[in-house]
Amino acid sequence: MLQNRTAQRRRLALVGLAGVVALSLSACAQSQRSADTSNGSGKVGGTLTFGAAGAPKLFDPFYATDGETFRVARQMFQGLVGFKPGTAQAQPDLAEKWDSSPDGKTWTFALKTGVKFHDGTDFNADAVCANFNRWYGQKGAAQSDAVSQYWVDNFGGFSDGAKPSLYKSCTAKDAKTAVIELTAVTSKFPDVLGLPSFVMQSPTAMKKYDADNVTAQGDSFTYPSYALEHPTGTGPFKFGKYDKANNTVELVKNDDYAGDKVKLDKLVFKIIPNETARKQALQAGDIDGYDFPNAADWDQLKKAGFNVAIRPAFNILYLGINQKNVPQLRDLKVRQAIAYGINREQLVKSQLPEGAKVADEFIPDTVTGYTPDVQKYNYDPEKAKSLLKEAGATDLTLNFWWPSEVTRPYMPSPKDIFGALSADLAKIGIKTNAVTKPWNGGYIDGIDQAQADLFLFGWTGDFNTPDNFLAQFFGAPDNRLTTGASPWGQSLADSIKAADAEPNKDKRTQLYQDINKKVMGEYLPAVPVSHSPPALVLKSDIKGLVPSPLTDERFGSVSKG
Amino acid sequence: MALGATKKDRIDALAKSSVDDSGVSLAASAWRRLRRNPVFLVGLGITLLFVLVAAISPLIAPHDPSARDLIDQVVKARNEIPPAQPGHPLGGDLQGRDFFSRLLVGSQQTLMVGVLATLFGLTGGLVLGTLAGAIGGWVDSLVMRIVDVMLSIPSLLLAFSIGALFAHPNQFTVIIAVATVQIPIFARLLRGSMLAQRGSDHVLAARSLGVKPGQIVFRHMVPNSLGPVIVQSTLVLATSIIDAAALSFLGLGNPNDAIPEWGQMLGTSQEVLDSHPALSFWPAACIIIVALGFTLMGESLRDALDPKNRR
Amino acid sequence: MLRYTVRRLLQMVVVLLVLSLLVFAWLRALPGGPVSALLGERATPESRHDLIVQLGLDQPIFVQYLKFLGRALTGNFGTSNGVQPGTTAMDLFLTRFPATIELSVFAIIIAVVFGIPLGYMAAKRRGGWFDNATVIGSLVGIAVPVFFLAFLLKYIFAVKLGVLPSDSRQSVTDATRVTGFFVLDGIITQEWDAAWDAFRHLILPAIALGTIPFAVVFRITRAAVLDVLDEDYVRTAESKGLTAQLIRRRHVLRNAMLPVVTTIGLQTGALLAGAVLTENVFAFPGVGQALALGFERRDYPVLQLLIMMAAMVYVVVNLLVDLSYALIDPRIRTR
Repeated sequence: MLQNRTAQRRRLALVGLAGVVALSLSACAQSQRSADTSNGSGKVGGTLTFGAAGAPKLFDPFYATDGETFRVARQMFQGLVGFKPGTAQAQPDLAEKWDSSPDGKTWTFALKTGVKFHDGTDFNADAVCANFNRWYGQKGAAQSDAVSQYWVDNFGGFSDGAKPSLYKSCTAKDAKTAVIELTAVTSKFPDVLGLPSFVMQSPTAMKKYDADNVTAQGDSFTYPSYALEHPTGTGPFKFGKYDKANNTVELVKNDDYAGDKVKLDKLVFKIIPNETARKQALQAGDIDGYDFPNAADWDQLKKAGFNVAIRPAFNILYLGINQKNVPQLRDLKVRQAIAYGINREQLVKSQLPEGAKVADEFIPDTVTGYTPDVQKYNYDPEKAKSLLKEAGATDLTLNFWWPSEVTRPYMPSPKDIFGALSADLAKIGIKTNAVTKPWNGGYIDGIDQAQADLFLFGWTGDFNTPDNFLAQFFGAPDNRLTTGASPWGQSLADSIKAADAEPNKDKRTQLYQDINKKVMGEYLPAVPVSHSPPALVLKSDIKGLVPSPLTDERFGSVSKG
Repeated sequence: MALGATKKDRIDALAKSSVDDSGVSLAASAWRRLRRNPVFLVGLGITLLFVLVAAISPLIAPHDPSARDLIDQVVKARNEIPPAQPGHPLGGDLQGRDFFSRLLVGSQQTLMVGVLATLFGLTGGLVLGTLAGAIGGWVDSLVMRIVDVMLSIPSLLLAFSIGALFAHPNQFTVIIAVATVQIPIFARLLRGSMLAQRGSDHVLAARSLGVKPGQIVFRHMVPNSLGPVIVQSTLVLATSIIDAAALSFLGLGNPNDAIPEWGQMLGTSQEVLDSHPALSFWPAACIIIVALGFTLMGESLRDALDPKNRR
Repeated sequence: MLRYTVRRLLQMVVVLLVLSLLVFAWLRALPGGPVSALLGERATPESRHDLIVQLGLDQPIFVQYLKFLGRALTGNFGTSNGVQPGTTAMDLFLTRFPATIELSVFAIIIAVVFGIPLGYMAAKRRGGWFDNATVIGSLVGIAVPVFFLAFLLKYIFAVKLGVLPSDSRQSVTDATRVTGFFVLDGIITQEWDAAWDAFRHLILPAIALGTIPFAVVFRITRAAVLDVLDEDYVRTAESKGLTAQLIRRRHVLRNAMLPVVTTIGLQTGALLAGAVLTENVFAFPGVGQALALGFERRDYPVLQLLIMMAAMVYVVVNLLVDLSYALIDPRIRTR
């Protein structure tokens, strides 16, 4: 009995405690909702929810290279240069027009007037120079390749002068004219300014929130509050909030946007890492669209009434051949035998999405410098065998690497692509040892350390210059293919540099065409496999989104319902 | 008392069943009851069929499971895979390989994963358990402390962590990951069984006859623990097959799928579940049936060996 | 009692320190890592080397560890570079942990609400068709891989029938956040639509996660009730002529509940394992999803913190269980 009573007392105490906790919680827990709840669908305006594949790294695109960060940044920011919707063609954005001096080193930008940043700061030539000087003036950890990567890749060094920089100075001639001076000529300028990394950000906000304060700590970098919570641009949407608990990024309409009136009230990016989960979220009506639907689902999605918007292919998948460990691979005949021996037509037909093409060379045909007059390698296993015989390499066993657990726009299903290629190679008598690793868990490392003889790799173009592709692959002789092991490795790298520095446009195009011909005919450092178009999928009532080869889709002009 | 107590209780109860001084042969009495137990017979039937299929599958499979015979009918862009057709009763998979043959031959790898994981787990457990049970003292308390900690971590989480330890996942690392989880179970089982036998008549008799301690352990104690070990092994076979599938799903499975295995087939076909449900359904059904077979057999064996039911 | 608690706490700290060193060293022994994660396809031998030096990854492992420990003491566990890049590991844990707890609690509720009554009924009808059917049913439940069940549920109820949401925790975007437990938040702020929405998001994952605990609770309840039914005091009560209901209430259920309650406590720990699978299927932003993504993307800071937190939770729960036993059982208390 006694026990019973204490038990009862304890129970009472527990109930009381729970009550107190609940009361105290609700006392400090007022609903923070704003009065208007305009989240209903079908209304004019409304909220568009888009399924993104990953979380943005931060919201200051200068410190990013990843597509997820850029996707969000493109809605909030504008650059001097933009891209014509649906193409990789540069066109004016915040700049109205530009001219260059005959020597190609001085660039004068005429700016749009009446543009304001989200915080009310005026956009003018001073703001432009403030941005350029900010990029050039990065210090300490912010100079790292992993932080200011696009600046390092395209402009080189910083104001401390440790490494030479392409950038020299920026002068505000008057409020609407900015003059940029470069130290050398490059084919990339001014197209490179269309990259989301080089958008215009509010100098006032950057100062207020300490935008340049990047620190390296242990395994990672820590970014300032500007980059995490206060990005301020001129674009159609303003930063709302990043709800980490629910994995959503929320942007709100910028009523003062200088361009065409924004139609949506709210734009929400919902992060769903799993591809199948994104599809099911769309089918279940939880989101209005998502990025990178699996090619195998396109047909099904179309039949279900969704709009599958296919982007023009602006990428390349290649079969890498590393010359370092197997001497036979330094023989052009052996590399050509591999090219003849793999059935790329069938691979494209069976494994790649609608609209994919066999790649004839290392740049897509929309890039200047592309030429159809290169040596072609149509599937011919007999020829491959005889080439191998001539080279005396009939008993070849190669380590063939492919990445597990990753899909890239240019490589939808590495396992199946590997399966197809290794089966083809077996038919011409080349044995392969399959090696597979996670993309970040040893794959890239191993490729870079030349552990693989054959491997799957690729590239998605940033903007429309051949240098963006070719320099990436062969720009230095100690690259992923170890082209330096062959006598032509150095000269190929040199010729790419020379073409980039050629100020005359026609001459430059000619130089690039020559490089492409030589690469395919005389060098063949790797086998270009395919260009495959990535897609995005939308509900049928979403109008106005133009798929872009650069994944440069802007939601400012998009309407719902 | 700590986390994982129920798991321990079950193991300890099983361990005690190895003491049998009734004079009736353990196996004979168990078999007498099992013969009439329909649950056991169903489990046994499934298991035997599975082992038989695994043994002869390379002979009866109509096609080479890694040959991409039907690749012409695979069109990713239209989400087409080879449909069922004469000679290919279940059609082909995403790489145009005969699905029926892959299922048949998959049984072999699956059985291998189960058996090897169990064997590794048993060997590890045998070493630790005998060490602890035979030597006693601080060795015993140290070993058992480690074993208890391992037991208290959720088994899949442990397998996942061990799987992730390896730089390059493959079939072998999957087996190791799944097997390691079983080591503490077998260790505790064997130790418990030995402790229980220490005071039993046959051990006392052997000791009084001057048999060396090592001989007592290996000639008398270990063989007498066979019953509980068999029970536990059947149960472990089931969980290791399921765990291997889960590892595959989490990307820690064998990434090279030239030689099929059910867990891998199931784990990697999830992303096309709604467009090609058959690719998931068949391996899932096979795994569920086989796991159920082992479980039914193990549970009824356990009941049969339980001294409480031995009247 | 106090001395016992203090001793256990000290032990805990030592265990955690040793574990953190092991985890630290092990992660760095794996191939790949932050350098690949940060540089990606653009990596060149030069930029790779620069970054290694900059992050101090070229220093001896114990120097790196001490530095890590120093930062950790100030509450700085680094920034995620894979799971949710840019977010600090601590933030990531704090936003995701409530999600996993919420999911686990619902799963346990499902397991208990179905497991105990069914187990009791099965035991009362021992050997009957209901008993056999439920026992075999629970065995089948264990034999179905959790992730496959999760996919099936999602496919049927979210995709085909469209009655329940398929992913994440909430569709309402303007809900007020207080505790991080979305259902609770909705209730205490009286945003009923948000609470209901969050609840709907929990149903499918909780069912998938709850099956194995359900099977276990069912089995234990059945066994415990069977044991108690055999005990002398129940037989005595029966022979005294007490009504069946009274016997059930006063003797059978109460005595059978002790092992059941223990099991429920223990299963809660085991749920974390299931959560890794379930959260991945339902894109549920909890700790389990972060763990799997962290391994895939080699996110050292996140993995480090999550593993340490898991260990800490485990050790603390263990301690609480032991202490509560001491409170319940006077024989332990006096020790």
